[in-house]
Order: sequence, then structure tokens, then C-alpha cells
Amino acid sequence: MKIANQTTSAVSLVQAALGKIDQYQDWHIFTFVNRDAALKRAREIDKKIKNGEPVGRLAGVPYALKDNFLSKEGETTASAKILTGLTSPLNATCVEKLEAEDAIMIGRTNLDAFAHGSSTENSFFGPTKNAFDPERVAGGSSGGSAVAVALGCAEFATGTDTGGSIRQPASFNGVFGIKPTYGAISRYGVVAMASSTDVVGFFAKTPADLDLLMSVASGKDAKDLTSLPDFYGFEDKKLKKKKIGFVKEFVESPALNPELKTALEAKLSAFRSKGYEIVELSLPTLEYALATYYILQPAEVASNLSRYDGIRYGFRSKNLDPAKVCSADENPEKTALDLCYQQTRQEGFMRENKRRIMIGNFVLSSGFYDAYFLKAAKARTLIIKEFEKAFEKVDAILSPVAPNPAFRLGEKVNDPVSMYLEDVMSVPVNLAGIPAVAFPAGWTESNPASKSTKNPTKNPTKNPTKNPVSKLPLGLQLLGPRRSDKQLLEMVEEIL
Amino acid sequence: MEITDKEISHLASLSNFSLAADEKNALKTDLKNILKYISKLDELDVSNVEPTFQVFEMENVWRPDEITPQDASCEALLALTKESLDHQVKVPKVL
Repeated sequence: MKIANQTTSAVSLVQAALGKIDQYQDWHIFTFVNRDAALKRAREIDKKIKNGEPVGRLAGVPYALKDNFLSKEGETTASAKILTGLTSPLNATCVEKLEAEDAIMIGRTNLDAFAHGSSTENSFFGPTKNAFDPERVAGGSSGGSAVAVALGCAEFATGTDTGGSIRQPASFNGVFGIKPTYGAISRYGVVAMASSTDVVGFFAKTPADLDLLMSVASGKDAKDLTSLPDFYGFEDKKLKKKKIGFVKEFVESPALNPELKTALEAKLSAFRSKGYEIVELSLPTLEYALATYYILQPAEVASNLSRYDGIRYGFRSKNLDPAKVCSADENPEKTALDLCYQQTRQEGFMRENKRRIMIGNFVLSSGFYDAYFLKAAKARTLIIKEFEKAFEKVDAILSPVAPNPAFRLGEKVNDPVSMYLEDVMSVPVNLAGIPAVAFPAGWTESNPASKSTKNPTKNPTKNPTKNPVSKLPLGLQLLGPRRSDKQLLEMVEEIL
Repeated sequence: MEITDKEISHLASLSNFSLAADEKNALKTDLKNILKYISKLDELDVSNVEPTFQVFEMENVWRPDEITPQDASCEALLALTKESLDHQVKVPKVL
């Protein structure tokens, strides 16, 4: 990425990014643009450089912040109505670390509300469009961040990945994304979704940029007790088998798009030509990872989102007349406080938020806990063990991120199960807490039209690609054992 | 498995939502479909397997019970509330 120095000014970097943000307004990437503050910051950094004062490793680099990171600049809404109006009095640790290296936050990016989704269509502010076809989804939940990097609105962007929310939008928009080892980067100041799988990570245009960002952001944080002691860049070179695996069950799945299968085979060949042995792995328990994830994650969501009540911050319903609002039946003698909670949550959450909270409360409720939540927690153990065994045989596993390239806006948003199936190849990584790097692996031959769209080439002038709506990015991911984050980036670099 | 109207109302109550009738019906269908999918786990034998609740690699983390400086002041946090009184958060009537 371009970093400000004696010849490249921070102001020019910020102005270039702002120009792209204006150009791609219709893509609906940002929930807030930090225009004036970013330019002010850039001028300060340029002055330092001119005076020969030391500057950070990310001097003047404009970056996009996913809107679920607390920052003093702009409202932190997580693209949810219930958090509108919240201006954070503090910065997330990740934001502090980036800004300590003189990176400049150019704007906050759109996401599925509370990161619940795989398309960024569940945002209170409306969907973000795919960088290469505005009639297709950006992917999600970090859709805004991925598109911001793909279209040059930022040099890099932050994301969170609870079940694929960095890797899937990265692959839908042709950029690199890292989902680090669980605990590598502090989650302090990041809106919680499912705490046992939430990780902070990044989008960028090269593995080298992701490497720099990891070295800046990772490490122990006293404010996040689950953060790991800094290992990034210090780990032993443990990956010496020179073996790459692929998952037989994924490659043979009828759900896998044939072009993605071809792209995977091409990259396996690329590894082979670099001296790696290719190993077929059978990981039969991964078939149960999605069901496991869609029990454990909603349970944690129900718990984490119970804090939003309209009392301490954010949105509060104005419809608090008991005669006018419908009752939840079970508590006819509601107090004004009960009513405030229920109406605020009723109006403040999206439908998908409600689905997850209710499923979570269902699987945790007495009578169903053993059959759902406990069973899923046990299945998680089996999935972790299956990965551990696999990594005794290979250094890393090459896999698709999702079964298909970007789908059409509106195609899945009203069918939760078909949307969840998008995550089938990404969630096993989160359950095991292992790292994965998503990277571009070519393009589709054409842009398959769907029945619902008769004229896929309308508005071609608005499309940013040279060849409008003709091709979509294909993305793959490389998975490794815990703490292999840096080696994964190095391996991806080898086959570009 | 079937989700009854009573169960939807109970879950709405646990979740603190005041769902409208049409939303209850839509969620009933959605939840039924989701539960059908996640019941796939019934096929998996997990007998004699220990559950995993976290991958933090740690046991309890202890720290001295001391007040440490915080990022946000009490005043800054109170400023976020809809109503406050005498340095406290004011809530709607509870009695």
C-alpha cells in the first residue's frame, strides 16, 4: 500500500480515497465519511514528514473501519437502528493501534446489522453492492469493508469474522482478507456477536499489506482477557511438511460451483509446482459444522444482544403507550420499564437479529439445552479434533470460501436457511479458532444471469469494471493450525 | 419440529420483543425451517465427547481488585443516556 513520505503526501492519499468514495456513492459502502477530520489529520502527518519528525508505519494511509468498531469519530451503529445516535466516548484497541501508526480513518463501512448475515442486505441503512456487479451482493457481514478496498476507497479496511464475515466478502469482491487465530487481535471496543468465535481481521490488496497490519494490530491487550500473548512474527517455522491438503467432501460437493472447483484445482497445481505435495483429506464431521455453528452462535448472540435496551445509549422507542402496543402475552402486568425494553428492541432490531436471538433463547431454554446447545458444544470438540488430526498430515488446507461466487441482491435474503448455507465452508474455521487467509483466485468465465433479472447489463456505465458485468471474482481460502497466520500469508504469496 | 403460537410468544417474551401478529407468523415459519436444518446434528454421535465452550487456551484469569483508570469517564457515559438525574441513569417507572 502507498504510505506517505517525502514524495507522496498524506493529503494526496486521503484526497484520492475521498474521490473514490464520491465516485462510488451508489454502491452504498459507507455509513459515515470522516472527510474533514481525515484531511486535518493528513495535513498534520505531512507537516511531521516535512519537518523530519518520525511517523508511524501506516503514515497517512486512509483506512475504512467496519461500523461495529467503537471509535470517537462518527456514530458506532453496527448498521443497527438500536445503536443509532451512539457516539462512542472511547476507541477500540485495534483503532488505537492503527492510529498510533498514523493510519487515517476515512469512513465507517456498512455491514449486516450486528454482523448477522452473509450479504450486507440486513443493514438498517440498506445493502452495499458488489464491487463488480451492482446487482449482486457485496457478501457479508463485512460487505462495506470489502467493497471499499476493492474500489480503492481505502488502502485497507478492518473487519470481523464470526462465521466467514471477512473471507466471504473478500472472495466476492476480489480482495485479500485475513481471519486470524482466535485471540490474535484484541476485541476490546468491538460490538460483540458470538464471543467464542468473534475475531478482528483485515482486508487489503496484497498479502504483504495484511502482514504489516497483523504485526501492527496483534498482541495481548489487558482490556481483552481472551487476547493471546503476541505470537505474530515470533512463532517457530513449524510448517515444514511441505504438504497442502484439500477437503474431499468440499471438492466433491454437488453444491460447489464448477468454476470454483476448477480454480481450486489450478491453485493446488500451483502449490505442486512450488514443491508442495498435495494430500486428499476426508473431514466427515465438517458436514455438521454449519448446524453446530447455527446453534452455538445464536445462543451467544441472544446473550450478547440482551444488553441493548434503550436505557443507557442508542435508540429508544417513542411508542411507549401501553394501550397502543401489542403484548408479548406472558406478562400482562408490564411496567413502563418492561414496555420500554420490549418496544425498543421490537423496533431497533432487524428481522434477522430477531431470528437469531429467538433461536438462541430456544436452544438455551430448559428442556432443549441438552438436545441442542450441549450437543453442539460436543460436536465442536469433534470438529476441532478433526482439524488437529488433519494438521498432523499437512501444513495447510486449501478450500473454497463459499460454494458460489456473489449471488444476486434479494436472492436469499428472505430465506434464512439458504443464506446460512452460504457459510458452510467458512464456519468450521471459526469453531476451531484457527486462522485462514482468503485470496483472489481468478474470475468466472461469464456472469450467469438469473431468472429474476431479465436485463443484467442495464446501467453498464455505472459499473466500475472495464468489462461491465461480464465476470465475477472467485475466492479461495488457505487454513492452517492455530498461530500459523504469518505462514499462511507467506504460502499464499508463493502461488500468486 | 413444530413451533406453536404459545412457544413463539414465550420466545418473544424471553427475547423482550413485542411482536406483531404477522411477524409472529413469519418468524414461526423461519424458526421451524432453521430448527429443521440444525436438527441435522441428531445424525452425529457425540456420546463420550466433552463439550467445548471456548477456545481461549486459558483457565480463570485473576487480577487484583483495584480501581484502574478507564477510557471513558462517568460523565461521558451518562451523557449517552436518554435521561439521567443526580449522576445516575434514570429509567422509566418500575412500579
